[in-house]
Amino acid sequence: MPRITVTVDGVTYEEEVEPRLLLVHLLRDRLGRTGTPIGCDTTNCGACTVMLDGRSAKSCSVLAVQADGCDVLTIEGLAADGRLHPLQTAFHEEHALQCGYCTPGMIMAALDLLKEDPDPSEEAVREGLEGNLCRCTGYCNIVRAVRRGAQAMSGREVSAS
Amino acid sequence: MTEVGSARRRKEDARLITGRTQWTDNIQLPGMLYVAYLRSPMAHARIVRVDTGPARREPGVVAAFSGRDFAQEQGSLPCAWPVSEDVVIPDHPPMAVHEVRYVGEAVACVVATDRYKAADALAAIEIEYEELPAVLDMAEALTDTAPKVHEAGNRAFTWRFGNGDIDAAFRDAPVVVDRTYVQQRLIPSAMEPRAVVAATDGDAFTLYSATQIPHILRVMLALTTGIPEHRLRVIAPDVGGGFGSKLQVTAEEVLALLLARRLGRPVKWTESRSEGNMTVHHGRDQLQRISVAAERDGRLRGIKVDLLADMGAYLMLVTPGIPLLGAFMYNGIYKMDAYDFGCTGVFTTKMPTDAYRGAGRPEATYALERVMDELAAEVGLDPLELRRRNWIRHEEFPYTTIANLTYDSGNYEAATERATTLFGYDKLRAEQADRRERRDPVQLGIGVSTYTEMCGLAPSRVLGSLSYGAGGWEHASVRMLPTGKVEVVTGSSPHGQGHVTAWSQIVADALGVPFEDVSVMHGDTAVSPRGMDTYGSRSLAVGGVAVLQACDKVKEKARQVAAHLLEASPEDLEFAEGSFRVRGTGAGRSIQEIALAVFAAHDLPDGFEPALDADATFDPENFSYPHGTHLCAIEVDTETGQSRIRSYVAVDDVGKVVNPLIVEGQVHGGLAQGIAQALFEEAVYDADGNLLTTTMADYLMPTAADLPDFVTDRTETPATSNPLGVKGVGEAGTIASTPAVVNAIVDALRPHGVHDVRMPCTPERIWRTLAGVRGGAA
Repeated sequence: MPRITVTVDGVTYEEEVEPRLLLVHLLRDRLGRTGTPIGCDTTNCGACTVMLDGRSAKSCSVLAVQADGCDVLTIEGLAADGRLHPLQTAFHEEHALQCGYCTPGMIMAALDLLKEDPDPSEEAVREGLEGNLCRCTGYCNIVRAVRRGAQAMSGREVSAS
Repeated sequence: MTEVGSARRRKEDARLITGRTQWTDNIQLPGMLYVAYLRSPMAHARIVRVDTGPARREPGVVAAFSGRDFAQEQGSLPCAWPVSEDVVIPDHPPMAVHEVRYVGEAVACVVATDRYKAADALAAIEIEYEELPAVLDMAEALTDTAPKVHEAGNRAFTWRFGNGDIDAAFRDAPVVVDRTYVQQRLIPSAMEPRAVVAATDGDAFTLYSATQIPHILRVMLALTTGIPEHRLRVIAPDVGGGFGSKLQVTAEEVLALLLARRLGRPVKWTESRSEGNMTVHHGRDQLQRISVAAERDGRLRGIKVDLLADMGAYLMLVTPGIPLLGAFMYNGIYKMDAYDFGCTGVFTTKMPTDAYRGAGRPEATYALERVMDELAAEVGLDPLELRRRNWIRHEEFPYTTIANLTYDSGNYEAATERATTLFGYDKLRAEQADRRERRDPVQLGIGVSTYTEMCGLAPSRVLGSLSYGAGGWEHASVRMLPTGKVEVVTGSSPHGQGHVTAWSQIVADALGVPFEDVSVMHGDTAVSPRGMDTYGSRSLAVGGVAVLQACDKVKEKARQVAAHLLEASPEDLEFAEGSFRVRGTGAGRSIQEIALAVFAAHDLPDGFEPALDADATFDPENFSYPHGTHLCAIEVDTETGQSRIRSYVAVDDVGKVVNPLIVEGQVHGGLAQGIAQALFEEAVYDADGNLLTTTMADYLMPTAADLPDFVTDRTETPATSNPLGVKGVGEAGTIASTPAVVNAIVDALRPHGVHDVRMPCTPERIWRTLAGVRGGAA
C-alpha cells in the first residue's frame, strides 16, 4: 500500500493507505478528524470542503494519495491560539447555521472566496458559494456572515447587523 | 422578562463552528463493524433466489444476510396512523423476503470490517429476480386491470370529511372554479445523510441514530424487534437536519439492532446520498382537485376537495396521516358555508411518502391559494381584495372554521397591511401594468399568499379522534443544582432548531437566573426518559411550555423554603429578579441561596423533600395557528421561460417570539424550501420505476446563487392557548411560499392566456406552457 505523509491542522501523519481511499475518509475514519462531514457522493454539496495547500478542495473528490506531501487545514484547525477565526465568529453572530452540518464546508469555501475577493458584494458571495449546499438557512445569513467576516479579516469597521 | 424576546446568539454554535460535533457517523466503538445493503434494482419483482455465500468469502467480510435470514425476527416496519376502518397496512419487512416493491428496497446486507470492504462484497451476492409489472401512476393504479402492488389491491384507504351543505353551496352558484393541481414528489434532503450505530452487551442495547424522534423510535423499535423497552436506549446525537425525513422508523434502524444481536458486535451503517435519495421517505406527491363556489362579488360559498395521495409501496410511520393534516386546512383563513374533503391513498411501486416540512398543510395551502388567485381573475378582483372579502376579521377571533377548528387568535389585516407596505404593492402593480401595456417580453408577476396553518402537534384527544397511535404532549424536567445552576431536560429533540438557546431564555426569565447558568439536555432516552420529540412545529408551542410549567413548579417549591427561612407566609413573598422578598421589608433570599439550603437540608419546612426540581407535561388544548402574508415579485422572460425572483416579502405572525434571530432563521429556511418546490425540485421516476434523481446533480436543491435576499417582518398576535403566547414557526415559511411563487409566475403570464404552470416551474416548463397556449409546437 502507498505510504503518504500529510499534515492535518498542523500535525504530520505518516499513513499507509489503499490507493482508492478518499481524503475525507482518511480524515474521518483514520485520523479521527470528524469535524469535516460528508453530505453527498457526487461533489455537489461541499460539506467536506477543506483547504488543501491553501486552496479549497472537496475532500470527497480527492484521494488520500493525492494529498501526499500536502498541508490540509480543516475546520478543526481554523481557530488559532484559542481564538476563533473571524469567519467562525461571524457565522455565530449572524446566525448563519442551524443544524450546522454544512457549516465546516461553508466556512472553508468562504475562506477561499475571500482570498480572491476580500470585499465581495452580496452577489459575489452568492455566486462564490454555489458549490456548497445548505438546507436550513436559506443562505441569507450565510451571505451576511461571509461579508461580516470579510470586514473583520481586513480590519475594517464592522457595520452593525 | 428580559431574556424572552431578545436575539441571543446560540449556545449550540460553539461546537458546530469548530467541528467539535458528534454526528452519528463520527461514532467509533471497539470492534465495530460496517453494514452495507444490497438494494433492489427493480421497481417490482419476486425474489427467486438469494445466495450470500460468495459475499461471505470476500476479504474483511464477517457476515452476509438476506431477508430470509431475518424473516422470523425482523417483524414489520410500523405504521402508527391507521387512518380509517378500510385502511390496508401491508406487511413491510425491513429486508425484503419474497417480493420487492420499489427501487432501492433492501434485499441483503454485508457486514465487514470497514465500509469499503462491505460495499465491495455486495457485488458477490447472487440474486435472481422475476420481474413483475411496475405501477407508477395513481389513476392507473386504481383501475381494475392495474398490476397489484399488494395482494389486497392498490387502494390504501379512503377518508372523507365535510361540514355544511356542500350541494347547496354549489347549486346555482354564480361562479364555480374547478382546478386540478399536481403536488410533485419531493426528496427532503437533510444535509446529514442517515446513519445508525447499534451496540449490545448481550442483554441491553444502545442505538445511536440520526433521528428526530428518539423517544418514539424507542417504543416502536421495542414493539417491532421484541427487545424489551427497558433494555433499549436510543440516542440522537448531533443531528444534521430532518425536515420530517428523520421522523421515521427505518429498516436500517431495526436491522442494526438485529445485526448487533446476531453478531455480538457493534455495527454502523451510513447511507450514501444516492442511496438516501432512493430510500429516505419522499414528500408530497398528491393530485389535488379543488372546486370553489362563490358569489359574483367573490364571497366564498363552499369548497370541495378530492385528493389522490401517493403512498408509495408501503405505509410507513405516518404515511396515510399526511393528507389528513391538510384536510382541515383547505379553507385556510376564509369564511364559507360548506366544505367537503375526500382523499384516497394509493399504492404505487415507488419509495413510500411520509412527513416532509409542512406535511399536508403545504399541499392544502398551495391548492387553496392558487385557486383563490384563479377566482380573483374570474370575478375581476385584485387577489388581495378577494382575500379581504373572505378572511376572518381580527375582531371575530376566536373563530370556529368550517373545518371545525377553532383559531384562537390572528390579525390578517395587520400582517397584510405591513406586507404590502414593505413590498411596495401598488408601485409594483403599476410597473406590471406598464409592462403589459408595452408588451415587454419580460413580464412582471405578483404572487400573493395569505396563509394560516395548524401546528404545535397536538392535543392528544384530537390525535386520538383521528386514529393516531400516540399523544401530542411534551415533557420537561427542571432541576436546580446546589450551586444555583439549572439543568433542563426536554423531551423535544432538536436537530438545528436552537432549543438549547431558547429553553435557556425561558428558564432564565422564569427563575431569574443568568442565561449562562442554564444547560439543556435532550435526545437520549436514558437522560430524557419521556418525550414526544420534534416535528410539526411543536417544540416551542408544546415543549417550551412544558419547560415554563416545570419552572413554575420549581419556583413554588422555592417559595415554600423561602417563606420558611424568612419566617413569612408564602403569600407575602414577591418574586423578582431571582429573589423572594417579603413585601414591604428588605428581607429576601435568592433562588440560588434557596437551592443551596435545599441541598443542605438543615432547615427545611416539615415534610419538604430536599430537591429543588420539578417535572411538567404539557398537553395543548388546541393547535397553534401562525399566519401571515407573503408577497413575491417575479420577472418572467416570455421568450425563454427564465424567471427571476425580484423581491420576496414575508410578514409572519407567530405570536410571542422567544428569540427573533431563531424565528427569522426558521422563516428564511422555510422560504427556501417552499421556493424550491415551486421552481427547482422534483423526484422523477422513469416508466420502469427507476429513480432518475438519485444525486444532488439531478435533484436540484437551490444554492445561494438561486435565491434572493428575503425581506421578513412580523406582527405579533399572542396565542391564547398557551401561557407563553407562542405559535409554531418551523413550517410556516414552507407552507406560505410555494403558492406565492407560483401565483407570481401565473400572474406574469395570465395576459398570455396561462392559468397554471406545473411545478417545478422550470424555464422549460414555463416555455412549454407558453408555447402550448400560443398553439405552437412545444
